[in-house]
Amino acid sequence: MDIKVRVWRQSGPTAGGKMVTYDVKGISPDASFLEMIDVLNETLILNGDDPIAFDHDCREGICGACSMVINGVAHGPEKATTTCQLHMRKFKDGDVIDVEPWRAAAFPVIKDLVVDRSAFDKIIQAGGYITAPTGTAPDAHAAPVPKKDADAAFEAATCIGCGACVAACPNGSSMLFTAAKIAHLGLMPQGQPERDSRVIDMLQAQDDAGFGGCTNAGECTTVCPKGIPLSLIGRLNSDYRKAISKR
Amino acid sequence: MAVSGALLVLFLFAHAAGNLKIFVGETDFDHYAEWLRDLGTPLLPHGWFLWLQRIGLLAGIGLHIWAATALTIRAKKARPVKYAHRPKIQGSYAARTMRWGGVIIVLFVIYHILDLTTGTFNPAGGDVDPSARVIAGFAPDRWYVTLFYTLAVVSVGFHLRHGIWSAFRTLGQQTTKGERRAKAVALVLSVVLVAMYLSVPFAVLTGLVG
Amino acid sequence: MVANEFWAEGEPVVDKAAPDGPVETRWERRKFSAKLVNPANRRKLTVIVVGTGLAGGSAAATLAEAGYRVKSYCYQDSPRRAHSIAAQGGINAAKNYRNDGDSVYRLFYDTVKGGDFRARESNVYRLAQVSVNIIDQCVAQGVPFAREYGGLLDNRSFGGTQVSRTFYARGQTGQQLLLGAYQAMERQIGLGNIEMNARHEMLELIIVDGKARGIVVRDMVTGEITTEFADAVVLASGGYGNVFFLSTNAKGCNVTASWRAHRKGALFANPCYTQIHPTCIPESGSHQSKLTLMSESLRNDGRVWVPKRAEDCQKPAGEIAEEDRDYYLERIYPSFGNLVPRDIASRAAKNVCDEGRGVGPGGLGVYLDFADAIKRLGRKAVEAKYGNLFEMYERITGEDPYETPMRIYPAVHYTMGGLWVDYDLQSTIEGLFVVGEANFSDHGANRLGASALMQGLADGYFVLPNTISNYLANGPFPAVSETDAPVVEARKEVEDRIAKFLSIDGDRTVDSFHRELGQIMWEYCGMERTEEGLTKAIGLIRALKEEFWTRVKVPGKGEELNQNLEKAGRVADFLELGELMCIDALHRRESCGGHFRAESQTSDGEALRHDDEFGYAAAWEYFGADGKPTLHKEDLNFEYVHPSTRSYK
Ligand SMILES: Cc1cc2nc3c(=O)[nH]c(=O)nc-3n(C[C@H](O)[C@H](O)[C@H](O)COP(=O)(O)OP(=O)(O)OC[C@H]3O[C@@H](n4cnc5c(N)ncnc54)[C@H](O)[C@@H]3O)c2cc1C
Ligand code: HEM
Ligand code: SF4
Ligand code: FES
Repeated sequence: MDIKVRVWRQSGPTAGGKMVTYDVKGISPDASFLEMIDVLNETLILNGDDPIAFDHDCREGICGACSMVINGVAHGPEKATTTCQLHMRKFKDGDVIDVEPWRAAAFPVIKDLVVDRSAFDKIIQAGGYITAPTGTAPDAHAAPVPKKDADAAFEAATCIGCGACVAACPNGSSMLFTAAKIAHLGLMPQGQPERDSRVIDMLQAQDDAGFGGCTNAGECTTVCPKGIPLSLIGRLNSDYRKAISKR
Repeated sequence: MAVSGALLVLFLFAHAAGNLKIFVGETDFDHYAEWLRDLGTPLLPHGWFLWLQRIGLLAGIGLHIWAATALTIRAKKARPVKYAHRPKIQGSYAARTMRWGGVIIVLFVIYHILDLTTGTFNPAGGDVDPSARVIAGFAPDRWYVTLFYTLAVVSVGFHLRHGIWSAFRTLGQQTTKGERRAKAVALVLSVVLVAMYLSVPFAVLTGLVG
Repeated sequence: MVANEFWAEGEPVVDKAAPDGPVETRWERRKFSAKLVNPANRRKLTVIVVGTGLAGGSAAATLAEAGYRVKSYCYQDSPRRAHSIAAQGGINAAKNYRNDGDSVYRLFYDTVKGGDFRARESNVYRLAQVSVNIIDQCVAQGVPFAREYGGLLDNRSFGGTQVSRTFYARGQTGQQLLLGAYQAMERQIGLGNIEMNARHEMLELIIVDGKARGIVVRDMVTGEITTEFADAVVLASGGYGNVFFLSTNAKGCNVTASWRAHRKGALFANPCYTQIHPTCIPESGSHQSKLTLMSESLRNDGRVWVPKRAEDCQKPAGEIAEEDRDYYLERIYPSFGNLVPRDIASRAAKNVCDEGRGVGPGGLGVYLDFADAIKRLGRKAVEAKYGNLFEMYERITGEDPYETPMRIYPAVHYTMGGLWVDYDLQSTIEGLFVVGEANFSDHGANRLGASALMQGLADGYFVLPNTISNYLANGPFPAVSETDAPVVEARKEVEDRIAKFLSIDGDRTVDSFHRELGQIMWEYCGMERTEEGLTKAIGLIRALKEEFWTRVKVPGKGEELNQNLEKAGRVADFLELGELMCIDALHRRESCGGHFRAESQTSDGEALRHDDEFGYAAAWEYFGADGKPTLHKEDLNFEYVHPSTRSYK
């Protein structure tokens, strides 16, 4: 199929950028979206142009590196799918496809479609863990965890830290990401001792990093490739209220 | 946001209930307006309750607008560069229109006060009974006023549908069942409220009251 | 084959750190004999850890908790994205929670046997011992393993073992384990004990006075080259399966860190041992950039077949009558059928495709058919078991496996070889430790399913932190400065190489070279290797290497984010590694585990080992880009598990 892509080109963190249109001819519908960009890049290089920089690694929807806003939707039109798992058969011959980076102050553009997501690591640093230095652990069966809780914790823990939720949020808020981690750890008995400080510290880190405030707009969950539900934000709010009232 | 919003919702219901008095009779309606001013006497002088309530309401609105503005400024700061391809609405329409919806509502409320409270924009003026102002304000030949009012009330409906549900979430609602309930409550409350508010002008328009 | 035009032979290499005596107590005794570092002195010792996967992440967190100062590096934008995140199936541990006869000894036995008797017994025993602690540690960190209704941990059996010892978190075990290690790491970063350098690529090792003392790194955002110093260097940089271009590895996986160390003197052991996974989604065209693994569990209910006649291959599967289908695994291996081990299933698929009976684009695929399972169990049951895998398959191929059979083909998945290390996980360069997939230590010629995660975490949480102290107890070592000759030299090598890449300005892209190298490797050093093919491959790779250095085109500058420059460095190293892999494969005239030499098979086509001749680990020494690599053998002794032949008929 033949398509056109309009891609955000920006040569460096402080440079200005603009949308540039490229023709991509004869691309197979079986190619993934990133493979389409690969093919385009090969021609750009041979023509002496600068290839498009974009983040990617696993290309199987689990590392969370890939990050493109495609036609205004983070990770593109297919639900519950990362950019790397999106295939060209979801588009039509002759389509013009807009490709932009995640847009958020907390995720500054480094080059083209590559952004800096270290703000997410900062949120985890603030409290997204259970303190358990190596060697201190009791036997794994010492504390059974009801299957229901373990399953729910797992669901929350499937977040891949891609940042699509932030990219889609009209407020540029990272609430879904933070809520997923709070829920994962808060649902396990091991996570209880630090539950109150965790939510307070992580929310503070999130504000400090320059993310916007959550208004429950719900855009995040619709683009989340792992289907992290909005209800976890309610859980976070409830944890927060309880934690604050104990202060 | 949630607390001030909830205060406003309470007011909206009280206000709507009061409005419906017009169906009982114009005098009842006027008595209601008078009763609002008398409430609390003899503890409070005449009119004080209404003012207290107005102060409370203003504070609520003020807080609400302040919080909304703060959130909006944060949101703008959090996304300094906009998307070239306008983001598609993936969530709900109501959620996306909270900000503009809110502004429209305030504009409406200002107009509304100038119309029905002070009478500045009202053909019947400020010196007649409240019911007369209502009837004059929504007279059939002023259909455009009714239309504007309708649009505004519907946008209040939208604002509340997301707002009420969102308030539940903000206050910690998190279960699937709870979510379904919160959504239902938000929807029912918004529809009921819109219906309550719209019934008056349409009653006037169709001559049911007047 | 003895030393010849391709390689030379040197002195044997001996593991001096390994204690002797009963295998059960070797680890205890080693821990006891190792020197300790006084907690107050740990603050004065710095350790560089390259890599933040299961091995590097767990090592960094543990060393920092112990009080050392740690500097960590990864090429991704966050330590959480290391390739370990992609592991699906699970992690083994000899917990015997099932009371099904499992024990440390049985896990040890299975691993030695699974490795086709090419691994060190001492190491494997220790791995089995600490496996138990790994699960405890991960649960304490909040890793949400699958559980049963009673709240206890669930297990499944994996990779053809007779006991259920695999712990898992749905199909995302690697992700959950890595997030556990990552969070422990982030905690230490927050406390200031780890200095994290994401998007930093190690490009050279710095050796001062014979000791590994630092690395040269490139900041992948600004292009700045810096030299980083420490008292010890730990490489946890993962496997090198990407030498095949197409593999199940992440796009960025590379051999650079290990290869640079190899060039500086670290021996590289068993490079030819490659694990090829039978159930991957086949290539769909020339745009293909990587291959995706489908869980092996699919073979429990799917039946593998190809048409009996090559002419039928173009027809839709549904039009091929039952009697015209060849269920070749069931035919050749009646007792194991579709469940034969990975290497056997892979090779059988290659054979039928070589006969021209492959299906799908390019004839490189075989059917994995669920029609019978759907008939037998009902669609609902099949959906419940494999629904998410079917969805993934459909997303990638656009075909519905409920209607048409899946197409699968083998793909490179894991590399057993790596830098040679002793029992302490120290390489032949003093102060250079290697953990995880980057070392060669525990899997011999073949790795069992769910054992890589176990090894990565064993190394990082429990082994390295104990053994490295023995080395660090001699420190702190004299300070190194920017102006020391070896530092200046290492830095210059990196800068010159980058300048060279950028100056060639040829007419071929880096990817085109990588793809071509991959094709050579897959063809001649893939599932089946021959003397003729390997010799040919060596020639082809040498020619390609030359072409690379004259015709490659790397756009852009060094002082910016330049993904093609990054790739160029990796491909240049892969070209050298590919040659060594072929030489190693050529020298090992036997079939064992992930290395099948067509010349060494039984009359019915099974792998044939030659223990007397090849019962050693082959550790290679680098001798200049054009010199011959030198082979150092480490003899392997089997005191507990006696070599036997595998049979799956
Ligand atoms: C698809 C798939 C499924 C798998 N499933 C299983 C399974 O079910 N069970 C199992 O036991 N095993 C499985 N494996 C194998 C297992 O995942 C890996 O062997 C293991 O995770 C390797 O861990 P590691 O820490 O050694 O390396 P990795 O996780 O690969 O980490 C390497 C690290 O090194 C860094 N790095 C590399 N080079 C450089 C450099 N030059 N400079 C700076 N940093 C660098 C990277 O950034 C990364 O942080 C699977 C593998 C694949 C590919
Ligand atoms: C200028 C006027 C107004 C503006 C700008 C405004 C804006 C907003 C915004 C931005 C939100 C946050 C969205 C959210 O939390 O989901 C919100 C919530 C809300 N608004 Fe308004 N609004 C206005 C007037 C009103 C009025 C008049 C009412 C009721 C009579 C009202 C009731 C609510 C309620 C109940 C919420 C939910 C609070 C929460 O979610 O925590 N608002 N409003
Ligand atoms: S919550 Fe979803 S969208 Fe947000 S970072 Fe996690 S996986 Fe990505
Ligand atoms: S590249 Fe890893 S999730 Fe897309």
